[in-house]
Amino acid sequence: MSSASPSLSRQDVAKVALLSRLALSERELDHLTGELSKIVGFVSQLADVDTSAVEPLAHPLDSQNVFRDDVVTPSLTRESVLRSAPRHDGESFLVPAVLGETGAA
Amino acid sequence: MPSDPLQLSAVEIVAAVRSGDLTATACTEAFLDRIARTNGTLNAFLCVDREGALARAADIDARRRAGRPLGPLAGLPVGVKDALCTADLPTTCASKMLAGYRPPYDAEVVARLRRADAVVVGKTNMDEFAMGGSNENSAFGPVANPWDTSRAPGGSSGGSAACVAADMAPVAIGSDTGGSIRQPAGLCGITGLKPTYGRVSRRGLVAFASSLDQIGPMARSAADCALTLEAIAGHDPGDSTSLTDAVPDYSRMLDKPLTGLRIGRVPEHFAAGLDPEVARGVEEAFAVFRELGATVHDVRLPHAHHGIPTYYLIAPCEASSNLARYDGAHYGYRAEPGGGHRAEPGTGHRAADGRDADATAAFESPLVEMYCRSRAEGFGPEVKRRIMLGTYALSAGYYDAYYAKALRVRRLIRQDYLDAFESVDLIGGPVSATAAFPLGEKTGDPLAMYLVDMYTVTANLAGVGGISFPCGFTAGGLPIGFQLQAPALAESLLLNATDRFQSLTDWHRRRPPLAV
Repeated sequence: MSSASPSLSRQDVAKVALLSRLALSERELDHLTGELSKIVGFVSQLADVDTSAVEPLAHPLDSQNVFRDDVVTPSLTRESVLRSAPRHDGESFLVPAVLGETGAA
Repeated sequence: MPSDPLQLSAVEIVAAVRSGDLTATACTEAFLDRIARTNGTLNAFLCVDREGALARAADIDARRRAGRPLGPLAGLPVGVKDALCTADLPTTCASKMLAGYRPPYDAEVVARLRRADAVVVGKTNMDEFAMGGSNENSAFGPVANPWDTSRAPGGSSGGSAACVAADMAPVAIGSDTGGSIRQPAGLCGITGLKPTYGRVSRRGLVAFASSLDQIGPMARSAADCALTLEAIAGHDPGDSTSLTDAVPDYSRMLDKPLTGLRIGRVPEHFAAGLDPEVARGVEEAFAVFRELGATVHDVRLPHAHHGIPTYYLIAPCEASSNLARYDGAHYGYRAEPGGGHRAEPGTGHRAADGRDADATAAFESPLVEMYCRSRAEGFGPEVKRRIMLGTYALSAGYYDAYYAKALRVRRLIRQDYLDAFESVDLIGGPVSATAAFPLGEKTGDPLAMYLVDMYTVTANLAGVGGISFPCGFTAGGLPIGFQLQAPALAESLLLNATDRFQSLTDWHRRRPPLAV
């Protein structure tokens, strides 16, 4: 990280929008380009902190695996889960074509 | 017996229901009526379950008459933040993405409340997906602060804070990722506890930032928080990060004298930016603790001023991953192909023809297009901003510079706490730099809104507990909050110290002059 204030281009933001699976309008893209540049500039002040001898801390608890016995326990029914799906056929979630054709399943 | 249940504490309500001096039905009706009168003004509840609450209350009364056992919260009305799953009530997280969503199961905390015979009266408003410090990011409208309805209640648990402050429920459940229990509690003049990370199960809490999120009680007093925490804390096999340590009997440890207690005071907290009226209230609170036998010592948290930039990398990174689950396929909002309408709640970015050209036009497939449109139409602007920020900070070439860097500073922040708690038992100070701010004041400036959490985010990054409670009022009649932070699993000390403070002061007994 350079301590010089970074700036995001409109193209950078459009790329991040696609990675984020967000269809942004042109106006949103304009807006976010300015806002994200400002926020990224702000958080970049961390570059000035000396962390050369510090390990990352991803989680406040001492990390350890938690095991349970390998036994079958009750779980949600298919019906109760599918009830919330925007589209389903009683057995599966329905989504549009995964390959390049148009039209929903 | 007092005739008005609204004036009773949670501790008094459960005692009165158990003794038969008050029926759960009469108590529930009183609070439901209060909600009906005030919610139009405050917008604290997104959904009120009058029928379900009265049925539960009737069942509790019937069991009492039959001499059958009652749970520790029997008859206690509780508001639950809409970030917690409820199988019988919608769970929206104040987002269009989850409008009308009915989860297939109860959050562990909700299940524990029900087992304790609490009466869930409804789901409280919040910032969308708990992202915000003013409750103005709710897709269903902001909450008004009961002390001044032109001002924000704080956030993200703003509905829970306002509901307790306005006597709509004696207790509410909140969640705190960077201050979302403590800050609104402070701005609304109530008591709010963020327990140690892992003390309360997160199963069924809609995930925002999983290494920071924690559920806790919000009430009028430390004693009422203690009663509630006893019911909701403890290990849950369904949340592998929930702690296995036994849950203490918090209520029995409230009245221990504070003689010899060492409270740390961080000089940097009183630097430029802290409102002078808030600073005065906080200093007066230290004086009360001295009167109670505690001693006050200056301590250093040398990296605390890096808390906001550290938090605003880690939390958005975790959020961008957690919110990837909203894909329009499994549950929640789905954009249908060819739909001419573009619902963009609150963005104000819609073009005159109602449909902007997509900047991100080249989708790989109809499936990806459905993902992108569903998420664009379902999420509000702050949620999109944080997903974008997190995705950027985790993307190839930036991960080490941003995310990994923030994790290293996080370790330094936690080490500061470990070092400070070598010499003091608790750390005291402000919750927020100012009292409640006017609605709309910070909505145009995301960074200004992020800074409202400057005194609270470090506890989440370190995983330690914190409590906030009223310690005075501004000349304009707004509550001033005081925060205590403690080493991991010292909730009993936080509640004990706050209860002793509340035995000498009456700030927590004041009620807003709400005209309804």
